[in-house]
Amino acid sequence: MKLSVIVTLKKEVLDPQGKVIQQTIGNMGIKNVSNIRQGKYFELEINEKNYEMAKSKAEDICKRLLANLVIEDFKIINN
Amino acid sequence: MRSSVVIFPGSNCDKDIAVALEKFNFKNLMVWHNETTLPKSDLVVLPGGFSYGDYLRTGCIAAKSNIINGVIEFAKKGGLVLGICNGFQILIETGLLPGVLIRNKNLNFLCKNVYLKITNNKNNFLSKFNKEIIKLHIAHNEGNYYVDERNLKTLEDDNLIAFKYCDKKGNIAEENNPNGSIKNIAGIFNKKQNILGMMPHPERMIDKYLSGEDGKLFFNNIFSKHA
Repeated sequence: MKLSVIVTLKKEVLDPQGKVIQQTIGNMGIKNVSNIRQGKYFELEINEKNYEMAKSKAEDICKRLLANLVIEDFKIINN
Repeated sequence: MRSSVVIFPGSNCDKDIAVALEKFNFKNLMVWHNETTLPKSDLVVLPGGFSYGDYLRTGCIAAKSNIINGVIEFAKKGGLVLGICNGFQILIETGLLPGVLIRNKNLNFLCKNVYLKITNNKNNFLSKFNKEIIKLHIAHNEGNYYVDERNLKTLEDDNLIAFKYCDKKGNIAEENNPNGSIKNIAGIFNKKQNILGMMPHPERMIDKYLSGEDGKLFFNNIFSKHA
């Protein structure tokens, strides 16, 4: 089973990379773009037939490895 | 000869290259990335470093800075542009050079001396080189050059590869490839050969008491016009 994981910084945490990207978009002359946040995207191939089992495995991986829960949130997506 | 070195936030080889250029009789000016016009120059250098902290992709934010339009215009008119390390990454992000520089194959930051074979000396950068194999220093995390087959064929057919990683004797093989670059490529030219992007740092090899002098050859030979 293939799952995707998106890890993003928590809303209240400053994202300097997102800020610089936003500034650059402004410098490129593109207007009305705000609140850019940069995150990470992962694809996981999990050998479980049952979605719930796969999801719980992915959750465990996220909590213990892919995300730092002090500053980051994660979202698991079923493809 | 007049040169300009562009400084981006996070550039850290700007001073080194300025010292090298002045040592070899360039009248050099430093240019801040926020400027919109380049001073009159014969050579523009984008130095090594970590512009914008390598945010998003290496060189990508710098490639959108104010001064870059001036650099592109200068290059399109045939002016000589040299990108070293992060400067090479920036040139690629501007689209002036083809391909991409990705993470080193072994995932290590590389900081060492390497041997390079000069594979094209029929241009205004390398024409008076009297050596075929030189030793320069590399220091990078994203120096693994990759380009699709079509563009690689153009690079090879038009002789646009400047340097390849090799061993002391000039053998180009996988074991002499420090970062996984396709065909051991360490530096390339654009089609007109007035733009050179290279990962090695010639500015770090200009004094025999400190490191070596193969970089001296490099700076002495820029503008020795190819007949």
